[in-house]
Amino acid sequence: MKAMSEITYKPGREPHSRETRRIFRNIDRVGYNPSIECFIEDGGYETLKKAVAMEPAAIIDEVKKSGLRGRGGAGFPTGVKWTFIPKGNTKPVYLVCNCDESEPGTFKDRFIVHQDPHQLIEGMIIACYAVQAHYAIIYMREEFPEAAEIVRKALAEAEERNFLGKNILGSGYDLKIILHRGAGAYICGEETGLINSIEGVRPYPRIKPPFFPAAIGLYGCPTIVNNVESLCQVRQVLMRGGEAYAADGSTRSPGTRIIGVSGDVQRPGYYEIISGSITYGELLYDLCGGPKPGRTFKAIIPGGASAKVMRCDEVLKGRNPDGSVRKMTIFDVPMDLDSIAQHGSMSGSGGVIVMDDSRSMPEMLRNLNRFFAWESCGQCTPCREGNPWMLKLSTRICEGKAAPEDVDLLKSVADNICGRTVCAFGEACSWPVQAFTTKFREEFLALTKPINALKPHNPETAEARKYLTRED
Amino acid sequence: MTMTEQPDVIEVLAEAKPSPGEKYYPPFEVTPELTEKAKEYIAMYPEGKELSAVLPLIHLVQEKHGFICPQSVLWIAETCRSTPIHVQGIVSFYPGIRTRCPGKWHIRVCHTIACALSGGEELLTYICEKIGVDPKTMTDAEPMAVSEDGLWSIEAVECLANCGFGPNIMINDTLYSQMDRAKVDALVAEYSKKA
Repeated sequence: MKAMSEITYKPGREPHSRETRRIFRNIDRVGYNPSIECFIEDGGYETLKKAVAMEPAAIIDEVKKSGLRGRGGAGFPTGVKWTFIPKGNTKPVYLVCNCDESEPGTFKDRFIVHQDPHQLIEGMIIACYAVQAHYAIIYMREEFPEAAEIVRKALAEAEERNFLGKNILGSGYDLKIILHRGAGAYICGEETGLINSIEGVRPYPRIKPPFFPAAIGLYGCPTIVNNVESLCQVRQVLMRGGEAYAADGSTRSPGTRIIGVSGDVQRPGYYEIISGSITYGELLYDLCGGPKPGRTFKAIIPGGASAKVMRCDEVLKGRNPDGSVRKMTIFDVPMDLDSIAQHGSMSGSGGVIVMDDSRSMPEMLRNLNRFFAWESCGQCTPCREGNPWMLKLSTRICEGKAAPEDVDLLKSVADNICGRTVCAFGEACSWPVQAFTTKFREEFLALTKPINALKPHNPETAEARKYLTRED
Repeated sequence: MTMTEQPDVIEVLAEAKPSPGEKYYPPFEVTPELTEKAKEYIAMYPEGKELSAVLPLIHLVQEKHGFICPQSVLWIAETCRSTPIHVQGIVSFYPGIRTRCPGKWHIRVCHTIACALSGGEELLTYICEKIGVDPKTMTDAEPMAVSEDGLWSIEAVECLANCGFGPNIMINDTLYSQMDRAKVDALVAEYSKKA
């Protein structure tokens, strides 16, 4: 395995000095291609050899010890998820890799499956061995047709070398991995929706408690659904050892995280950092190079489109190590899975969307409302009916045709969707509305005066517009 | 197009004419190769779970014939031992499955928040103008617009998962990121030559 310093990256894609590239080690690397030769040369499939010599229970213990948490958005401990398979289970166990990356703002899995598919496959084989699954599925979103070909080829290569198939590396363990392509539905990223999609029925999410997929999942059998990055992290855990893995980064969410930054920054892109080692301010000002010339940051969506938006000038309360309270802003919040949750948002899948002062917040919300209205699966009435209603309301506000009461109505629709649906989509669609209308209320109210809606949005007029509402 | 101006779905579907793109794709027919390939797909799934192959079969038909026609729905239903109404339910659910033939080159333009921040919406209007389609014909009922000559079709899609490098567009199976007007001009010229 080559040392990090010996690797050259494509121009413009070099890692920042504060990054730690583990999962993304081979992404945009000069001279690296998705073939198995490249991967083996880089130390690939060595961890698998180590893993198949271990007891499956020992691997689960190692992953539990590492404190690895899922990277799909919910942050559920991976090792704990694996133990949810009922004891004394006689049915086959399935493992599904969730590669339906469709949360706006998140784009980490794309690079793994396009450029380093064997890393995922190795992680997947280890995970399958740990839960003793003999059949696994990679659920790939429809928008990755090239990746589907790359992964199919990689699976064939792995099978040729006996990393897959019958009696893997002489261990007596069999595994078959297939690739299943979705067809462009956001809801298939929800694990039970994804299972229904594989079963060949309309991908409506299932009611989760009391039966989680780990007990009753695909074809009624225990099924483990893990995100692409989580499975790659499993490989890292085995490579480093659980305790060594847990030593890096914040105590409650150790290891590295891949952050995707998009929107109004100088250098948007992906960054792999040790969890909690930097703050949002350091990410945006150091790694991403700050705002575009002449602009200032206005708002940050810290974890994919469904996370609550944070105002950059909002004063947050932080706790010092000695227990005293200090004032801070979003820029002082460390980038781990939990810190931002204390301030009312979530870190989710690590997609940071940044907006500067040239952006109109009602416009941004309208865009998000359109996304959620388009993607609602239609199973639960509050979400199916509420989303187009919210889109109509926010469109009306943006067009200057709304009354000030419509802003409150918009929020109340969101409040009535949240918590009243089968899956988390209800929360995902209502959190942005609640946060935008509360935190940028003055912008919404300003647009209810028709003359304001006609003016272009810019920082100079924003101040003046604030006071010109119908309420005057 | 805003939600408030949406035309009636039934009216749109009733008025739908055959797409000019159909001349670039062979009409659907059941060939021995297709049956062979279908068997291969069904064999991928555990025994007795033919229904799981419905999405792979839909992709198989769509890749070759451009869209899912009523005849292919019947064939898919028969092949995975299901009913046509069930398959139609799947076809109508997913945004990635088309019931109208696209042009030879199908452009998908992302206009979700991250791409919109980098100019996806303006780019969508520009590409429509460039390939000669009216953006007003793209509605929720029929999100795809096909040019008169059937060479191009365009569709506004939600999130292509390359948010950091927007605006993103896809032409058939290839993703193009960090697009601007000049790059679109060059691509349209390049693909027109291929045709």
